[in-house]
Amino acid sequence: MKLQVLDKAEISPLVEALMEDYRVVAPHAKGSKFTFETVTDPADLRLDYDTTILPPKKVLQPTKDRLATFTMGEIPQIEDVLEVTPTVVFGTHTCDLKGIQLLDEVFSRDFDDTKYTAQRKETFLISIECLSPCDENAFCKDMGTMTANEGFDLHLTELDDVYVVDAGTEAGEELLAKYGSAREATEAEKQELNQKLGAKWPKFNYKLNFEAAKLPAMLEASFNHPIWDDMGERCLACGSCTTVCPTCYCFNVADEVDMLLTQGTRERYWDSCQLEEFAAVAGGENFREGRAARQRHRLMRKGKYIYEKFDELGCVGCGRCVRTCVAKISIVESFNTIYNGRK
Amino acid sequence: MTKSIYTPEMMSVLEIEELTPFEKLFTIESPNGELGHDPGQFMMVSILGVGEAPISISSSPSRSNGSFELCVRRVGDLTNAMHALESGAKIGLRGPYGEGFPIAKMRGKDLLFAPGGLGLAPLRSLINQVIDERASFGRVTILYGAKDPEALLYRDELEEWLERDDVECLITVDNGDETWDGNVGVITTLFPKININPRNTVAITCGPPIMYRFVLMELLGKGIPESQIYLSLERRMKCGVGKCGHCQIESLYCCQDGPVFNYAEIKGYEEAL
Repeated sequence: MKLQVLDKAEISPLVEALMEDYRVVAPHAKGSKFTFETVTDPADLRLDYDTTILPPKKVLQPTKDRLATFTMGEIPQIEDVLEVTPTVVFGTHTCDLKGIQLLDEVFSRDFDDTKYTAQRKETFLISIECLSPCDENAFCKDMGTMTANEGFDLHLTELDDVYVVDAGTEAGEELLAKYGSAREATEAEKQELNQKLGAKWPKFNYKLNFEAAKLPAMLEASFNHPIWDDMGERCLACGSCTTVCPTCYCFNVADEVDMLLTQGTRERYWDSCQLEEFAAVAGGENFREGRAARQRHRLMRKGKYIYEKFDELGCVGCGRCVRTCVAKISIVESFNTIYNGRK
Repeated sequence: MTKSIYTPEMMSVLEIEELTPFEKLFTIESPNGELGHDPGQFMMVSILGVGEAPISISSSPSRSNGSFELCVRRVGDLTNAMHALESGAKIGLRGPYGEGFPIAKMRGKDLLFAPGGLGLAPLRSLINQVIDERASFGRVTILYGAKDPEALLYRDELEEWLERDDVECLITVDNGDETWDGNVGVITTLFPKININPRNTVAITCGPPIMYRFVLMELLGKGIPESQIYLSLERRMKCGVGKCGHCQIESLYCCQDGPVFNYAEIKGYEEAL
């Protein structure tokens, strides 16, 4: 598809039209911050948001997700729950797009997690280009996520008067044709687009003192680095860092039973490797008992383990874990400390 | 609708045998005749309303008879609930999952089994398979250590292994009592009693976390190459299929890459033991 443009005034009608057939999830203001919420009024949409508290992963992997319902008693029976809501996520930043691409891989590789993949199949992503950094904590430039060539169905870039719309998939083209009133971009608009994309580059700063591609090898040599103890002493084991992370997907499963003990549901919840019992077995052994070991595990996953299994780094540079940590633990500073002290 | 990978199939408990005050052996009907497992693999076991946990398969595929066995120590919510079951109960199962023991690499070799305590549960699956295909293997040695005589699992089979001419079986208990006139001491005290040809020996061990380092020292001390030692490891699991993250041993997933690991391949992983 050739580059299209949407007049800024056409965004609300597009969202409104999509709302007829889809749950539209988009950034909304919440106090001084932003969150992804289901749109009820297109006027609430805030495409000018900086970052959201939680990434849009919650659309695909809800914080609490019903896997099954069951009855107990003499002949217990269990049934899958698979409810899919056709969804458009509107206004995803490109760091979060990368996060979703990784989750797609995690939940479809080897064993198909139908809870995720069925919802994913009915979820369309309309992303938006960041033309300036959201704040000083983001390091998307280092992680190669400050722009995107793929992973979206439609991608918006804001010009002075219009949004340029690039289609990444046929589904995206169809969405735009069916619900939007776009027109082909003029030469002047294409030039303005190139100018904006060129101008954004110097506005973003590198935060790592080294190329991110060096992370797996650097961490390989850092298993016994003193920084883990330092992080472990500061960490409060609250699990905020993993909760806000677009690439953290670990979960717990628990049964909930009614008061009569006759029926119940099997629920999947977000879990965190930072919580003490995460790697403990019933016999009492805890394979990652100390906070230092647990912080090491988090950073190793981001920079090494996920890369080894999925060929992609497990960090997208969104900066959320840095922003949210009450103990001011920074993944950027930690990686830099390891890099600066390497032999 | 595609069935979710997380939804268990309800199966009948045919028989429950009390092996010790803490361990019971559950015989479960395989609805499709054969479970089709490899020794060393595990099942995700559910009691609806209580939860789900990974349990190793304790029976040999060579003795399936349309059922399989799980040896369960009561130690947590799920296993305590299992101990309260009576035969005929229906429980949820999915699996088998994970990488079991590489039997193909063991054929023609001498085998040295070194289970400690409940570690005999997964190893028994392999031991009985080996006994049923006895001619395919060289010498078979079993060194089994338990806490006390009461904690010994599968007593009938232990008797059989002790009596067989083609199996050398030595048993020890950490603490003896008046019923016990056998070896007393930890499992490592059995190693000086055996002679093996280390280069042709494959060793298989499973036990409580504290045991591995000591047993590994003995095995390596006997001259068994690292690449011929296999361990079966335990981890918390919520999915069994490489998603939930609980069982990770650094970059490895105990549920997919294990639970059986080759020592040479895992020795660089400090979180392993």
